[in-house]
Amino acid sequence: MTTLPTKTDRKLGLVIDLDTCVGCHACVISCKGWNTQNYGAPLSDMDAYGAEPEGTFLNRVHSFEVTREQAPPMVVHFPKSCLHCDNAPCVTVCPTGASYKRTEDGIVLVNESACIGCGLCAWACPYGAREMDGAEKVMKKCTLCVDRIYNENLPEEDREPACVRTCPAGARHFGDLSDPDSDVSQLVAAREGFDLMPEQGTQPVNKYLPPRARDSLDMPDLASLCDPAPEATGFLGWLDRALEKL
Amino acid sequence: MHPAPSLILFTTLSGLGFGLLAWLGFGLKAPTGFAAIVFFGLGYALAGIGLLAAAFHLGHPERALLAFTQWRSSWLSREAVLSAATLAVMAPHAAASAFWGTPLPVLGWLGGLLALATILATAMIYAQIRAVPRWHHWSTPPVFLLAALAGGALLAAKLTAALWLMLALSLAMVAHWVAGDRRFAGSGSDAGTATGLGKIGKVRLLEPPHSGRNYLLREMVHVVGRKHAHKLRLIALGLGALGPAFLLMLPASYLTALLALVLHMTGMLAQRWLFFAEAEHVVGLYYGR
Ligand code: SF4
Ligand code: SF4
Ligand code: SF4
Repeated sequence: MTTLPTKTDRKLGLVIDLDTCVGCHACVISCKGWNTQNYGAPLSDMDAYGAEPEGTFLNRVHSFEVTREQAPPMVVHFPKSCLHCDNAPCVTVCPTGASYKRTEDGIVLVNESACIGCGLCAWACPYGAREMDGAEKVMKKCTLCVDRIYNENLPEEDREPACVRTCPAGARHFGDLSDPDSDVSQLVAAREGFDLMPEQGTQPVNKYLPPRARDSLDMPDLASLCDPAPEATGFLGWLDRALEKL
Repeated sequence: MHPAPSLILFTTLSGLGFGLLAWLGFGLKAPTGFAAIVFFGLGYALAGIGLLAAAFHLGHPERALLAFTQWRSSWLSREAVLSAATLAVMAPHAAASAFWGTPLPVLGWLGGLLALATILATAMIYAQIRAVPRWHHWSTPPVFLLAALAGGALLAAKLTAALWLMLALSLAMVAHWVAGDRRFAGSGSDAGTATGLGKIGKVRLLEPPHSGRNYLLREMVHVVGRKHAHKLRLIALGLGALGPAFLLMLPASYLTALLALVLHMTGMLAQRWLFFAEAEHVVGLYYGR
């Protein structure tokens, strides 16, 4: 059914700390690794060793520059994957019922054996979180590692999404965002976590934490610290003086 | 958005086919006998070729029947259901007109209404997508409906109606372009809201996530078409609506009607190409375009 549940029992999702992320792309690779070898069609690469390689990824890291007034510009690494929206437009547009949002935990999934590969859900997502696989021709998206988080064959500490497990900087957090007492909800409250493109009305579950305010240094006038320009001698000195007179 | 030939053919041809079927359904003096075979045959053929072109767009056409199941929520599913219903309901009316010379007005009217609903559903597939602000506007359905009805009237030889509909179509297209040019700014989405960093300062893409292309860029960030938008608008307006309208004001003859049809179809192909090519998707904000 591609109608959305009116309410989900839990809202599992990610909280991504833009202050801590160092843009290493480790989460991109671990995501691709896990999701290529486990649930669903593998994430293919096209022309992998050719001139124009490209592939299917469920998580990609962009890097932005933020120019501030009265302060040096800031580089912010920005991982982006499906936000498991409460009001997910990608689900309601699906003609086959392949796209759905789970009532028990709010995860948005694709039933690949019912997907006709029409691509409409990818158009409906404002965030570019869905990609049609070039080889399998079915829609791929982040599953929140649904085959890890409930997987009793894995050791307890591995029962979280691959990207969270792998992030060397601790920039990714996983939990239930419907529970105000959960670690992730506390983190969002403490750090003023925000939604991406709230004006699109998607009500994302995933939240982002803004970069913390940077220390400001009373910067001395750097130019005054430089050595005075050396006096030119010889021919250049003559040229310099001659030009000066003009 | 990527102007896929299959989608351009689907929307123009099936639109024209369902437009013609609507006229044949509502027609007070419906054609009978051989004329009915020709007219209904053309309507079914155009609608069918359009739907077939749409099926070519699918990654897994063998599962297409599943697309009939989600009509409660999905406009694409509604489109599938309505188009099938139109063709089914119209069939007895077409057969009775062709072989027994007695149109079945009740089924004709019902089929005509279903044909209109089908065209509306096609338009809503695009108009519902908020992430493409240019499409997400009330002016999208009128363009699709009027294009189908104007072209259909031309094919059904309802020349006076065709003239007025062509003029209405030209207004609808202009409204869609004028409104469309302000839609992206009006959507409130920019690089600042997309990243949430707009509060801190001005946001600029420094490094894309990968050096190559990807599905998202190919499908949703089509920038080539935006360059020629102006010329294509003139072509769409001139050939698609105003040219045929002018020809329809001349004394009616087969030649002018045929010429009007050729111009109209060429113009509508340009319009549809542009409809996709100049539509900006907000995901472009994550890629700095
Ligand atoms: S981020 Fe996109 S794909 Fe994920 S639930 Fe929201 S709209 Fe759907
Ligand atoms: S591509 Fe698959 S999941 Fe997406 S809307 Fe089409 S059928 Fe549904
Ligand atoms: S693994 Fe962590 S630090 Fe590295 S890019 Fe991903 S979120 Fe950022």
